Amino acid sequence: MAHWFAMGGYAVYVWPAYAVFLAVLAWDWFAPALRRRRLTRELRGKLARERTRGTRATRAEAST
Amino acid sequence: MHWLGSPPNFYRFAGALRPWLMAVALASAAVGLYGGLVLAPPDYQQGDAYRIIFIHVPSAWMSLFIYATMAVAGLIALVWRVKLAEVIAMECAPTGAAFTLITLLTGSLWGKPMWGTWWTWDARLTSELVLFFLYLGVIGLYTAFEDRRRGARAASLLALVGIVNLPIIHYSVQWWNTLHQGTTVDFLDPARSSIAPAMLWPLLVMALATHLYFFASLLGRTRTGLLSLESGKQWVRVLVDGQPAQTTGAPT
Repeated sequence: MAHWFAMGGYAVYVWPAYAVFLAVLAWDWFAPALRRRRLTRELRGKLARERTRGTRATRAEAST
Repeated sequence: MHWLGSPPNFYRFAGALRPWLMAVALASAAVGLYGGLVLAPPDYQQGDAYRIIFIHVPSAWMSLFIYATMAVAGLIALVWRVKLAEVIAMECAPTGAAFTLITLLTGSLWGKPMWGTWWTWDARLTSELVLFFLYLGVIGLYTAFEDRRRGARAASLLALVGIVNLPIIHYSVQWWNTLHQGTTVDFLDPARSSIAPAMLWPLLVMALATHLYFFASLLGRTRTGLLSLESGKQWVRVLVDGQPAQTTGAPT
């Protein structure tokens, strides 16, 4: 196992290369998930605001 | 095909397909990495340092493949003004830039022990760096516009112009005397491939894994892009408000 990990003396080049591969792709995968979560939260907030504004408007109409 | 062109239909279709693509991508990556890091023998010239090939070469192929995909979607966006094509073209760019960055960094980590330098202004390396800047240019131009659909079309035009770089990258090792090694896998003429089967199969499995990963990533990005672009539409309202179970929790 230690022998395999040493990569014939090239461990300092091989493992950082694989780390770069994993890290960059992890960013590629998770960054849009965060964007999506933020977007859904914004949209839901906007819809909720529209709805309260809507009920207030109908109530105001009813009272006049 | 026409059915799939409508944003809500594509959104549902992509959401159903994406987990399967990612599952197969992860499984094949596990097989490919085991084959490349454990089963394949060390290279007689490069020792174990050559094992960077199993991520470097598939990433380099992806950097070109994604660019071509982006340009084709961009062409459809420009000629037929299909909204879905605009979104797909623009959502290709970040993943393409990611694979190009991986190619450059892993190449650097391979170049240091083999050539004695992290970087050299050789034709292959320079043209791949230009590709990275093209991706960044597409992203930058797209985000510079207030009107996102106009931005997508302008950036699609840039992507189409930049396609001249693809043959330059591919043939750079033949046209110029480069430090970068020549082609070792020849798909058109397999007999000319100069790579041992024990090293070739993990490389091809990793190529499959990265392609599947790209499609899974692109479908996810495109779904989010559609959601954002169509945020005023009824189907998005229903999706966000009516079925909270689908939009909360793990992003799919």
